[in-house]
Formats: sequence, C-alpha cells, structure tokens
Amino acid sequence: MDDIMRKVALALAARTSGDPDGITAETRFNELALDSLDVAELVMDLEDDFNITIDISRIDGSVGDLVRIIREAAE
Amino acid sequence: MNILGIGSTLPEQTVTNRQLEEILETSDAWIRSRTGIAQRRVMKGSELTNLALSAAQKALLDAGLNGADLDMILVATTMGDYVFPSLSCLMQEGIGALCPAMDLHAACAGFIYALETADSFIKAGKAKHILVVGAEAITRLANWNDRTTCVLFGDGAGAVVVGAGEGLLATRLTARTDKDVLYMLAEPGNSPFTNQPDEAPAGVKMQGQEVFRFAVTQSIEDLTWVADIAGKALQEMDWVLLHQANRRIIDAVRQRLKLDPARVPGNIHRTGNTSAASIPLLLDELYRAGLLEPGQLIAMSAFGAGLVSGACVLRWGKEPPDKLTPAEDLFSLPVNITPET
Repeated sequence: MDDIMRKVALALAARTSGDPDGITAETRFNELALDSLDVAELVMDLEDDFNITIDISRIDGSVGDLVRIIREAAE
Repeated sequence: MNILGIGSTLPEQTVTNRQLEEILETSDAWIRSRTGIAQRRVMKGSELTNLALSAAQKALLDAGLNGADLDMILVATTMGDYVFPSLSCLMQEGIGALCPAMDLHAACAGFIYALETADSFIKAGKAKHILVVGAEAITRLANWNDRTTCVLFGDGAGAVVVGAGEGLLATRLTARTDKDVLYMLAEPGNSPFTNQPDEAPAGVKMQGQEVFRFAVTQSIEDLTWVADIAGKALQEMDWVLLHQANRRIIDAVRQRLKLDPARVPGNIHRTGNTSAASIPLLLDELYRAGLLEPGQLIAMSAFGAGLVSGACVLRWGKEPPDKLTPAEDLFSLPVNITPET
C-alpha cells in the first residue's frame, strides 16, 4: 500500500470508525455507507492534507479512483 | 446600524417528507439523512407579497415605527410575485410608505448583502430608517420532478427595520462567477427573432457536492474574517447563525470551527432552505423566544448561487419582546414530524 492509499484509507477509517486495513482500491464508498456529501467532506479533508484541489466530478465511486486523482493532482 | 425591529412570516401550508414520498421516488429517511429537513412551508398561491408585507408589518410594530417613517425599502429576493414591478415596490403601498423601494438579488446571501447596503445608506446620511426584507418563494422555482433538489426548499419572509447605530461590527461580501454549480435559467420568451436556447429552463439545477464544498469552505473563511475584523474570536460569539441550506453543511462548519452546538441554532428541519429569508427567519425566532439579549454578539453567514457569500457580526441591542413565543426545537432534529391538521 503506497502513502497516498494509506492516507486515504486512514481518512476513510476515521470517518466510518472502520478498519483501514479492510479498505482497498476496489472498495466503493457506498459499501462504507458513505453518501455523496460524506465523500465531499472526505475530499475537503484530503485537499487540506495534500494541499491540492480535487475535481469531485471525476470520482466514480471507488477508493482507487480517488487515489488516482490525488496522485495526478499531487504530481 | 442597529436593528430596531424584526418580524417574520411563514406560509400556512406545511409539506412533510411523508407527503413528498407520495409524489416522488424518495423517502423521509433519505431526505432527513442528507439534508436534516423534515418539513417545509410552501405557498399555496402567488402570495409572496403578502408574506413579505406581514413580516414587514411585524418588524415595524416591533420597532414602534410606521411605514411613513421609512426612507427606503430594500428586499432581498430571487424573484417576487412579478418580474416587475419589484417586490419592494409592491410592498410599499401595503405598509403605508412613500420612500424609494428596490429589490436586491444575491441569492441566499441576499439578506446580508441588503443589511450591508442599508448600513451604507445610513452611514452616508442618506436614510434614517430602512426596511430590510428577505423574502423568497423558492418552491415555485424548483423543479418538482427532480427529487434531489425540490425536497430542499421552503418559502418564507423575514424583515428588520434598521436605523443609526454601531451594531454592525463587521461585514464581508464575496462573489465569484461559477454558474454551473447552482443555477436556474430564465425563460427565453417567445420572440420570433430570437433563437431558442440550447438548454431549456428546468427549474433549479445544482451540483450538490460542489455546493457543499463551496458552502463549508466559504462560510468558514467568511466567519473567520468577520470575527477578526470585529476583534473577537468566533468562540466568543453568543450566536452563530448559518444559512439554513442543509443540516450537513451547518454541522460541517460548526465542527470545523469547533463551535459549541448550543450556540449554532437551526430551524431547517421545519423550514427547509428559504434562501434569502433563512437568516432573518432564524434571527426572529431567537428574538421572539427571548434568547437574544442586549450586548450579545451574533455572527451570521450565508452563501448561494453566483457564487456569492455574505457574513457579518452584529452586536444585538434590543431587549426581548414583552410577549415571548417559546422556541421550538432549535437545536436538534426531531425524530417524528407529522403533518399539521
């Protein structure tokens, strides 16, 4: 698990009171009982953490997709 | 500028989430969990002028003034009962005023924009008493086939009469063009010389996640700004009134600013998002309940289509009213809401 994936998993686990090790790139936000506004709030947290701007409309609903967008924005 | 009198009026008709379940593919649980709204007030007819008049008359009575004492009527509204005349001009006769009247359109931030405008006229010595109104009939602008947006809105009107004073400690107004996040197209008309637009008007359109992000970040920035200008910490505010757009936005702002929940009241579960009327409606509810005392600091923040935002810090100067109206559940979301009979 790379750094970005780890940070996203930890942020998700904190938000859902879940286990970060149980979150993979394939995990979908609705599986974690997160609705669209939860994802928006998660994105805001991650934008602060990584000091980037994330285009929410590009997120297709999976953790891996969010990680890919963060990686592109951070480059 | 000081607030000399305040009043508000909601339409009589209550529409609950259960009623929406009957006409839309939605559920009470879905609406509550995503918005915090359990019911809203919806006008039965084209009565926004009467609603705004009622709020204005209560504010004048509370201020101990007559319509003839007013030097200006300033109404924040997205759209009154007519495209023209303005809502403010339609109200003028009903309150017995003879002063200039104009509407101001700054979407949900309109009331704070109007307060700042009124303050400027008073400071310039061009007006002594100004009626500032936030009045909206947003439910007739909503697309009632769009279950993600029509459930959000409610109608209502709130008004204040303002006069000279040092009560407005700080204000911040912002605007940034971004029409795609939240918009409603105007009707194209039927000119035979004009091409029809590519996109037909279809009520309010919204990118929910983007609105959420804008609302939370902008409110935090604006509130921090005005508190700083006022020389206070946000935690020193007796009340922080946030535009009642969505309970999730209110909670996110409150948590990120580490504000005491008891200082961030809300009525969105009963009113829905009433746009420019939401701040004066909530302020009036606090006042009528006897919760506002002279000297208290009140921070207010609103945001809306544009994108625009407004925030201010007020030092409240009025004694509670003689007759108190007990506050309803201002601080929590009720579990069971049943239609009024």
